Amino acid sequence: MTLDTETSTRVVELDVAKVRQDFPILQREVHGKPLVYLDNSATTQLPNSVIDAMADFYRTSNANVHRGVHLLSEEATDAYEGARSKVAAFLNADSTQSIIFTRNTTESINLVAHAWARRHMRQGDEILLTVMEHHSNLVPWQLLAQERGCKLRFLDIDESGHLQLDRLDEVLNKHTRLVALTHVSNTLGTVNAIPTIACAARSVGAKVLVDGAQGVPHGPVDVQALDCDFYAYSPHKALGPFGIGVLWGRRDVLEEMDPFLGGGEMIRDVTLERSTWASVPHKFEAGTPSIADAVGLAASIDYLEGLGTAVIRQHEVKISEYLLGRLRELPWLTVYGPLDPHDRCSLVSFNDNQIHAHDLGTILDQHGIAIRAGHHCAKPLMRRLGVVATARASFYVYNDLDEVDLLIDALFEARKVFGLVT
Amino acid sequence: MQGLDDLYREVILDHYRTPYGAEPIDRPAVKVEGFNPLCGDELVLEMSVDDDGRIAALHIEPSGCSISVASASMLVQQLSGKTLQEAIAIKDTFKAVMRGGDWPEGQDFGDLEALEGVKNFPVRIKCALLAWMTLEQALAQYDPELADQVEADDDIEVKTH
Repeated sequence: MTLDTETSTRVVELDVAKVRQDFPILQREVHGKPLVYLDNSATTQLPNSVIDAMADFYRTSNANVHRGVHLLSEEATDAYEGARSKVAAFLNADSTQSIIFTRNTTESINLVAHAWARRHMRQGDEILLTVMEHHSNLVPWQLLAQERGCKLRFLDIDESGHLQLDRLDEVLNKHTRLVALTHVSNTLGTVNAIPTIACAARSVGAKVLVDGAQGVPHGPVDVQALDCDFYAYSPHKALGPFGIGVLWGRRDVLEEMDPFLGGGEMIRDVTLERSTWASVPHKFEAGTPSIADAVGLAASIDYLEGLGTAVIRQHEVKISEYLLGRLRELPWLTVYGPLDPHDRCSLVSFNDNQIHAHDLGTILDQHGIAIRAGHHCAKPLMRRLGVVATARASFYVYNDLDEVDLLIDALFEARKVFGLVT
Repeated sequence: MQGLDDLYREVILDHYRTPYGAEPIDRPAVKVEGFNPLCGDELVLEMSVDDDGRIAALHIEPSGCSISVASASMLVQQLSGKTLQEAIAIKDTFKAVMRGGDWPEGQDFGDLEALEGVKNFPVRIKCALLAWMTLEQALAQYDPELADQVEADDDIEVKTH
């Protein structure tokens, strides 16, 4: 998903009513009300096809991968490596071998910090981050900077919640070895102009890591078009299961990296004194992987591609446009992030000027509406915005405009509970 | 919305709108900061104690949800003028009630009793407890012999000044 290409062509609209039938959890009630699930930036729900794929794996093909000579192990290996191929095609990776399975986005980023940055970064080198990073793309670099004597620099946002691209020159220099930033802000919803930033990073010889936790769920991602070196995401935020993460790295960069964790699966040969490493990507996958989760991940990609990632993107723009418009009807709300729906994803943070986000969260929950309230693991951004918490409603493929209306109605009700309207 | 009415009682909202303890106090004996990293709620608590060992004044700077602000406000309302031992007794009762206990018969805990509804919202109990856990640290800082009042809690951090 890039700012330049999105929604330039009209595509078919998502049939939300039909999509909803694929998600069994949407049938349940919460506090006697139908569930309105608007916490998709934390995790998304699973369609039957993903749940069934994992259950079928456990029922019919469960075995460990790679070492077995029996049929079940062969089937498990095919399923696991098949998932890798599927992810590679989904992200338009340069090769299947450049897809590494981890536990989550956080582990993917830590893998790069350990296996690439520790080898390549020296005292005085700089890492450029942004003020909108999730803690998972900040803390690993703080640890590394402390260990290696590196300097962290930060690209700020403007009042509209966009990165200040016109100030890139001030924060990039010949010492910058890495630019690590999020594809989409998990708090502001801003879609960042990755190709522009990657181009500037390349001009000073820096590598680029993109935290795609909120990127992959919301539209087409082509890692080669983004022109980055690493791209990380968590399938559980895109209709897949917990327990598996993805790291794509440019093949030539991965080949030059140290191992991450040591153990089984990642070795070529082991003697009592030393070991040699398996080739990429297995060099980075020590121990038994999350095989059934890889199977579920493959099924989630099938589902997303069935809907069409461009169709998903268009749905999000439609939801964002309507949601932003309706939120603006409530003058007591402050809404954060870009106002143009084409610049953002359908996750919106806001605050009521009299009611704390946690109180909103509790009141909405009583209406069956699940939102998130808090710092969204982006405390530096909270400080930048001058707040301690925000409420965040995040919509996905199974959410429709009438759920926007339910949210707005419940925000009115919250005002009644607090005696602020009659 | 029975549960909501029970949680957001008028008396709680009154405390939230105009909390007790807003006035700064001269030369506090202790200043302690309570912090819930899970939700970001913060609270600065200052306390002065008179020569008779009574809480002369309490000042709070709460930053958080209605439950945490109201609970902190009620702490100030209930404990001002109390001896440290009386304050500890009220604190222990309140904590026990939040964790499922009942109010002791025949005693009046004033507005604090309105926080009873929080028990039905387990994720919000920490909000109600923040001020009281912060108070424990303040007591221990004032008198090291009260250090045993401090309950370690994974979710609430307290910093002393």
